[in-house]
Amino acid sequence: MSFWHFLVNYRAEIFSRTLEHLLLVAAAMLAAVVVGIPLGIALVRRQNLRRWVLGAANVIQTIPSLALFGFLIPVPFLGGIGARTAIIALALYALLPILRNTYTGIAGVDPAVLESARGMGMTPAQILWDVQLPLSIAVILAGVRVAIIICIGVATIAAAIGAGGLGVFIFRGVAMVSNSVILAGAIPAALLAIGVDVILGVVEQKLTPRA
Amino acid sequence: MNSASNADGLAVELRNVGYSLDNRQIVGGVNFRVAHGETLVLLGRSGAGKTTTLKLINRLLQPSSGEIFIEGRPQLEWDPIRLRRRIGYVIQDVGLFPHWTVEQNVGMVPRLESWPEPRVRQRVREMLELVGLDVAKFAGRNPSELSGGQRQRVGVARALAADPPILLMDEPFGALDPVTRAELQREFCELARRLQKAIVFVTHDLREALLIGTRIGLFADGRLIGVYQPDEFLHSSDAEARAFVDSLGAEGWDRGSPKISARGRKA
Repeated sequence: MSFWHFLVNYRAEIFSRTLEHLLLVAAAMLAAVVVGIPLGIALVRRQNLRRWVLGAANVIQTIPSLALFGFLIPVPFLGGIGARTAIIALALYALLPILRNTYTGIAGVDPAVLESARGMGMTPAQILWDVQLPLSIAVILAGVRVAIIICIGVATIAAAIGAGGLGVFIFRGVAMVSNSVILAGAIPAALLAIGVDVILGVVEQKLTPRA
Repeated sequence: MNSASNADGLAVELRNVGYSLDNRQIVGGVNFRVAHGETLVLLGRSGAGKTTTLKLINRLLQPSSGEIFIEGRPQLEWDPIRLRRRIGYVIQDVGLFPHWTVEQNVGMVPRLESWPEPRVRQRVREMLELVGLDVAKFAGRNPSELSGGQRQRVGVARALAADPPILLMDEPFGALDPVTRAELQREFCELARRLQKAIVFVTHDLREALLIGTRIGLFADGRLIGVYQPDEFLHSSDAEARAFVDSLGAEGWDRGSPKISARGRKA
């Protein structure tokens, strides 16, 4: 069966696996953003926490993805086979770039700007929302962009623990020794990553303050 | 000088104020009073405690000892946010918000204070005119499109926008080229005389201190060692004051100094 033939025949499954893949990534990214951005902001105010939190996130990042999935399976409540475990693992991977960029972005705001903001009587909340976040949004978004790309890639491995997604085709194709089946997973996954990267790149550029 | 002892006109008063960080005293035993319409210059070498003292006034730093009175009320009775909105603040690096236009920067405190929008816009126009910037040309610009001198003009306009009775300035003209600096100093003297604010102005430049100050407070090693009239200062026998006067060097103060011309116009 030719590759094109396969694509046409299996378009329904390719579509549903792509959707599954996106849902895994979206759920993981949502968790990572909700935890990572506030935590990154908190690290700027609590310098003593910084080493530990960024250190821990760094360590997680260095664990090979298949191993991280493996580690999580026996963990009670969080682990097991399926999408939940995969989402947790993906979120852990996404955490570091988001944390690091949020920290770098907020900490990089010109101290003179902050001093004048405080000196002119802005409240801490106003300083955060009107000054620090707008001035670091492009850097934070760059972290989100890296995190999404990592997630889309790593999510293909989630199929190994029964979480579905485009990885299903890749593992099935390897087992069947069928290039067509492998490509039916690999090509959409690659296109997803490239597409998201391009879109977020444009958004990032739009949000970067003119120097 | 009589106004300094007039309790009604008193805007800022420091009584035996000290500030320590990690058990190290940065400033100690500082006493001074500033009345409305008066410019007290805090003069001293780098690290003498001038900037620290300035930041104690708007509570960017908390005094470790002593008492500060703002407009006759103990500083601790003021809500720090309200207090700061009543005190204009200008720093050397200006600190304009780079993501806001000139108009937004200048209108910042009035908008924080929820002034009605037409009044804010009117006020921004007035302020830009006051500091000599063409409204049509500059209001819509970003800070990155301004020269250093223009930026500091906007900084001054922003500090004055909500009409605060007190103005704190930390080496506002220190980063400018000599020509622009002289220009802004002259204009600022004029402005200070017209606005009748209580101004505390930090500098390490005696020339600037003599030009701008109605009185000069000399700092050394975290202490205020004396408060002088400008003429007094030039003839003070204090070693640190002499060191500053000597630093004026061969150019000399009396020969063609900007102060002479400023005084000349005043008379």
